[in-house]
Amino acid sequence: MNRPRFRWHIVVFLAPAVLVYTAVMIFPLFNTLRLALYTEIDQSRVFVGLQNFQTLFFDPIWSEQFWNALGNNFWFFLIHMLVQNPIGIALAALLSHPRLRFAALYRSAIFIPTILSFVIVGFAWKLILSPIWGIAPSMLDAIGLKSLFAPWLGKEEYALTTLALISVWQFVGIPMMLIYAALLTIPEEILEAGEIDGITGASAFWKIKLPLILPSIGIISILTFVGNFNAFDLIYAAQGALAGPDFSTDILGTFMYRTFFGFQLQLGDPHMGSAIAGAMFAIILVGVCIYLFGIQTRMRRYQL
Amino acid sequence: MNKARHNPLNMIAMHGALILYTLIALFPIFVILINSFKSRRAIFREPLALPNADSFSMIGYETVMKQGDFFLYFQNSMIVTVASLFFVLLFGAMAAYALSEYQFKGNLVMGLYLALGIMIPIRIGTVAILEMMVATGLVNTLWALILVYTAQGLPLAVFILSEFMRQVSDDLKNAGRIDGLSEYTIFFRLVLPLVRPAMATVAVFNMIPIWNDLWFPLILAPAEETKTLTLGSQVFIGQFVTDWNAVLSALSMAILPVLILYVIFSRQLIRGITSGAVK
Repeated sequence: MNRPRFRWHIVVFLAPAVLVYTAVMIFPLFNTLRLALYTEIDQSRVFVGLQNFQTLFFDPIWSEQFWNALGNNFWFFLIHMLVQNPIGIALAALLSHPRLRFAALYRSAIFIPTILSFVIVGFAWKLILSPIWGIAPSMLDAIGLKSLFAPWLGKEEYALTTLALISVWQFVGIPMMLIYAALLTIPEEILEAGEIDGITGASAFWKIKLPLILPSIGIISILTFVGNFNAFDLIYAAQGALAGPDFSTDILGTFMYRTFFGFQLQLGDPHMGSAIAGAMFAIILVGVCIYLFGIQTRMRRYQL
Repeated sequence: MNKARHNPLNMIAMHGALILYTLIALFPIFVILINSFKSRRAIFREPLALPNADSFSMIGYETVMKQGDFFLYFQNSMIVTVASLFFVLLFGAMAAYALSEYQFKGNLVMGLYLALGIMIPIRIGTVAILEMMVATGLVNTLWALILVYTAQGLPLAVFILSEFMRQVSDDLKNAGRIDGLSEYTIFFRLVLPLVRPAMATVAVFNMIPIWNDLWFPLILAPAEETKTLTLGSQVFIGQFVTDWNAVLSALSMAILPVLILYVIFSRQLIRGITSGAVK
């Protein structure tokens, strides 16, 4: 292999991927972080250091929006962790039962919402929850709970939670599939050994399977985290760029879009937009680092 | 598996739970689809009834056909998705082959560099991407989208494909070398056909997010002639909010292509996920 002459074919094989990836992904990423340090004065770009971040975090007009969006984003993430992932794990546990019939059918059907676009999902739920159409109220009426109905997407106190649950409805297929795959890799002998010791059914799940699939749960958590902190589409499709009512569903993605692209009367500000992107980058980086160094390395892995 | 766990009541409960969740998953889609074929009055009077001779109406679809340019949107989405997948697979496989086949200085560093993008979403760089596309005149062209989706798909493609390429037998490649084949011929003729299943997995993983993306079409290519189906339906529905027939029909028309693709590729997709390609 170690011929003295330069192996050009390696360069040829690597070049297209590295060029496109560097030019369209890595370079803009750093360029965005750089732009966050500039501002526009009299149509020329001026370096201002960290001033944009100072404005974002401390100027009352900006910081109120920023902390609101960040808080909403955490709530959005929390609902996914508390609702989506447990339901996904439960469905996977049911589906992986060895003698369950129609498992493939259930699996394919439950995964369907995941393949739909946010636009479809957002509008479909908007219609279904709409008080004008009345599907949701009349269904609640059928089980005697009509008094519980409210125009959930239009109320400040419920809108964000409702959207988070819609997103959970859409994406529950992903944790389900990944956990299902992990459960399938557990060897039969381990479960049988547990059975001999009298561990069956639910306790087999809690005591044997769950510890074995913890690494997959870790991966799902970080995927959920990254996905939630750059979410945008569902909120935009259902509530528009203003993330109404009264910014109660504003998350970092919609806040960044409004800021750098502008909306209605406000002009777009690429530099403040970059600053928000920088903050999002930092949050995602911190989350990924916590996962990689704090959780993944400490997680006990079992040799199967 | 064993008799100790055999309990018919348990089985019924499990089916009950799964059926309940399946209904929750499919109900909204079902409601949208059936109502898109009904007249306006029927939509409101009996939203859950199937369309019958009395309530059947295609008025919504007629409006969509007349007002929106859905064939153009569909064509744009198709071009963007297919071209992006082509470049992701071609460039991704080439890079994966270089990383898995050859020992060279910087191999590990290059691998890590390309893997960075798996965790960091490309959306963070949107401001600079838009600026670059404006500067190069690519804004409002399908090329802008194709480039972005190619860059977005490459990290995971390289990662998955290089795992698979390590499993291709060295004897086969060396036999090719002894026969005097060039490295390019070995790659395209011998290695690529062997990793086709992995390429299909990568393609299916990338296809859905590209087809469904709203962010980049909205920012990079919002012009009428470059709208994708996702953006087109978003704009169309936004304009026709009060025309329920049109909105429901537009939604159905956006659902159907994805549903058909899913039926064709669901095996591949599910096999890809469950074979541990993303572990």
